[in-house]
Amino acid sequence: MDKRDWSVHPSYLYPGYKSTIHRAPKRELLPIKANLSERTGPVFGLDSISPLDNDLTKNGRKNGEPIGERIVVAGRILDQHGQPIRNTLVEIWQANACGRYIHKVDQHDAPLDPNFLGGGRALTDDEGRYKFYSIKPGAYPWGNHPNAWRPNHIHFSLFGPNISTRLVTQMYFPGDPLLQYDPIYLGIPEKNRASMVSKFTLDLTEPNFALGFEFDIVLRGYHATPFGV
Amino acid sequence: MSELLQTPSQTVGPFFAYSLTPEPYNYDFKSIITGDMVSEDKAGNHIQIVGQVIDGQGEPISDAMIEFWQPDIKAIGRVGTGTDAKNRFVFNTIKPQSIDGQAPHICVIVLMRGLLVHAYTRLYFSDERTANQTDEVLQSVPEDRRETLIAQHGERRGKTVYTFNIIMQGDNETVFFDV
Ligand SMILES: [Fe+3]
Repeated sequence: MDKRDWSVHPSYLYPGYKSTIHRAPKRELLPIKANLSERTGPVFGLDSISPLDNDLTKNGRKNGEPIGERIVVAGRILDQHGQPIRNTLVEIWQANACGRYIHKVDQHDAPLDPNFLGGGRALTDDEGRYKFYSIKPGAYPWGNHPNAWRPNHIHFSLFGPNISTRLVTQMYFPGDPLLQYDPIYLGIPEKNRASMVSKFTLDLTEPNFALGFEFDIVLRGYHATPFGV
Repeated sequence: MSELLQTPSQTVGPFFAYSLTPEPYNYDFKSIITGDMVSEDKAGNHIQIVGQVIDGQGEPISDAMIEFWQPDIKAIGRVGTGTDAKNRFVFNTIKPQSIDGQAPHICVIVLMRGLLVHAYTRLYFSDERTANQTDEVLQSVPEDRRETLIAQHGERRGKTVYTFNIIMQGDNETVFFDV
């Protein structure tokens, strides 16, 4: 099992992101001696997934189509040695095209879309590929600092092969001018920030239907011996 | 083969519920992981585990998400703290058995707004004193912090209920592991 690479992950305390101040653990993490239990984890089968779960343009419909720019978001889930992670659960959630979450606590004064939920899930295939259809999420304001806006983003949650490979992250969009002001994005060490930004590609773009964005995710390696060594 | 950099972690944020814990929050989306980790008719000693997540100001957190992984029966649980009046999480499972020479335990993953990287801890049981004394992980924790990993046994209406609070900061800060 490869270690969590603390040179690419944010630190717990990042004062620019105010909520970290009273929530970040202050003590050092303790090394864990016997982690056999943490090297196992849940397995999800096709029975966990409903047919429309990966199509956010359809899974929240009530009386019509959701409003906004249709997108395809697809990519591969790999371990850090480049091996595909097969049959692994990918869960996502996002705001609607106006930057409003359906969550009841979201008070942003932007319209809800009656035909958009914003949640989805998929399993990767044998090459570690996943694919979602959705609506491009809008930016939204938040109370972190004056005139604070989150860049457009989609939240991702993955387990990978065991609970040690668990990852919750966010995918951003290329060319977003809000990234340079966003403390959640800026909390990531600079050397790997770019990996959080999806790539627009015509290869995934579906003619007359949806713009394609590619987003690969790299999890910790989990094999006893690394490949190719 | 060339090494890739791990994708950085980001906070789960405050608005995960309609996708990750939809049914308890009354969203129109099927939950695939809930606080009910086993079916009611599963053989074993059925228990409930209840707790709060406390921030550095001593307040219970209403938008945390807690996941339990129980390795002996390979069961997963996931609960948001936003549906209970006291911001508690409630898990229903069966009491874990010892495996791999370890004391009975549950692996716990803590996620919330303001936590840029999820935190790992473990839950042990107050009525497993003997097994706890030989558990390699628990014994590696400095003695004055070990209590933060012990769920306290209790009874409520004939049901076995363990209390396990997760303290993010302060004197009794929960031990988190570099898993
Ligand atoms: Fe968000």
